[in-house]
Amino acid sequence: MDTSDIIVALQPKEQKKLSIISFSGDFDKLVATFTLATGAAATGYEVNIFFTFWGLDAIKQKQGRAFVGKGFLSKAFGFLMGGLRSAPVSRLNFCGISPKIFRYLMRKKNVATLEELVEAAKALEVNMYACEMAMHILGLQKSDFIHEVKDVLGVATFLDISEGGRTLFI
Amino acid sequence: MSIVKLDITKEHCPMTFVKTKIALSKLNSGDILEVLLLEGEPLQNVPKSSAEQGYKVLEVSHVEGQVHKIRIEK
Repeated sequence: MDTSDIIVALQPKEQKKLSIISFSGDFDKLVATFTLATGAAATGYEVNIFFTFWGLDAIKQKQGRAFVGKGFLSKAFGFLMGGLRSAPVSRLNFCGISPKIFRYLMRKKNVATLEELVEAAKALEVNMYACEMAMHILGLQKSDFIHEVKDVLGVATFLDISEGGRTLFI
Repeated sequence: MSIVKLDITKEHCPMTFVKTKIALSKLNSGDILEVLLLEGEPLQNVPKSSAEQGYKVLEVSHVEGQVHKIRIEK
């Protein structure tokens, strides 16, 4: 490839926008979410992630299994679901062995691990939002989440924020 | 003006972009970032996305084998 071609005609463009609804708390799907989010943010996109239902596990302050939430049922659910570190893979989870194998392989092959991707998303100032309705069901509060979570939103606000860009549901 | 060096030859997508972007964000205006990267996706897209974000790609040069160097001014 002629390297001079790369420099030619490279002009700043208008800011693009990617909004992701992070519904699944599965390890592999979270890797996809954060890979897209960080890649887009690093290439100049405004990125919004709206965490809902199982996706909320990814942004809990307590990354392992912990009795998070209000009330007995919420606490039990919170413990069973866990946080980022206890996310299962969507197929062939083998009682939580597979995510450990994946983490090992990702480190060995020098691919960013889920935790590194989340840290990169924070550094790139990806906008993270939590779903108000799902939080209400699961008895979670904003203080249960990492402080990078910008706000607690409903559908209407998310639609406003994502308007004019691309939206993905993962 | 300072020159900062970054080697992303061992990185994979999306960390090639991510590390470049984070390094650029830490620089002052006028500073230079020298990035070592591999041909293929990193060489095609790291200079392109940097330029799209308003950074100035000063030079793209071949180092050896698959390794290239780009110089970006903030």
